[in-house]
Amino acid sequence: MIGAPAQALLVAAALFALGLLAVLVRRNLVFTLLGIEVMLNASGLAFVAAGARWGDAAGQGMLLFVLAVAAAEVAVGLALVLQVARRFGTLDPDRLLDLAESPQGEKDGEEHASGARTAVKGGSRA
Amino acid sequence: MIGFWIAAAVALLATALAVTRRHPVHALLYLVVSLLAVAVLFLLLGAAFAAALEVVIYAGAIMVLFLFVVMLLDLGPEAADSTRGRTAPAAWLGPGLLAAILAAELAWIVRSGSSAEGATVVDPAAVGTLLFGAWILGVELAGMLLLAALVGAFHLGRKGEAE
Repeated sequence: MIGAPAQALLVAAALFALGLLAVLVRRNLVFTLLGIEVMLNASGLAFVAAGARWGDAAGQGMLLFVLAVAAAEVAVGLALVLQVARRFGTLDPDRLLDLAESPQGEKDGEEHASGARTAVKGGSRA
Repeated sequence: MIGFWIAAAVALLATALAVTRRHPVHALLYLVVSLLAVAVLFLLLGAAFAAALEVVIYAGAIMVLFLFVVMLLDLGPEAADSTRGRTAPAAWLGPGLLAAILAAELAWIVRSGSSAEGATVVDPAAVGTLLFGAWILGVELAGMLLLAALVGAFHLGRKGEAE
């Protein structure tokens, strides 16, 4: 039986894969951010597992930095999501791509602004 | 080790549920449980400081921010009707059960003082010595990064921003 830190690395790999799945498959910007958070958490777990294996405090130190980066990215990312929801009324990346590319994009954005309330209900390809 | 496997199973199950929910608030509740499970894993790996960081900062601040913004996006005429939907058992039963498992496991760990095999305990004093000693510049830079994120989020989140 391999030691706990090695098993923790396997758990971290599985969590990272789940986060990546969320980013790739979900059709909602909020879930994209959620997947990124899961991936960052998995990398933090990997760092702490390595620190536990070698008895080095650097693992937990790196977790602190990973957490700081995650906090900064979530704050800015959610501010952007708020703006997108207000302007375009949807959080679906595919629809946003169409809106952004069409010359009517800005005008459609103003018309759809009232639809922002229903924009958050998640979508998924599955 | 059995505690390690229980916490790992809860973390994986909660994350898998989190990425597959339709409603963002349900997904975030499961993610909070997942973060708590990872904190228990940290505890079993002898990293008590990391466990505290994970609960206080990640589950306690970042996820709360996430929940606030997601619920802010959801405001509207249907808010009054959806209150019943939010307090329905379907929303909190799953995360509540998983969190109860974690709570029981935490109580058992604290009482028996067990830790996983192969893991060297690194106590908070050692982490503090590192952060205030060799890595002090990194800590200061992290503070500046957070300041930049604060200013950026404030500016980007303002209403009536015409750009």
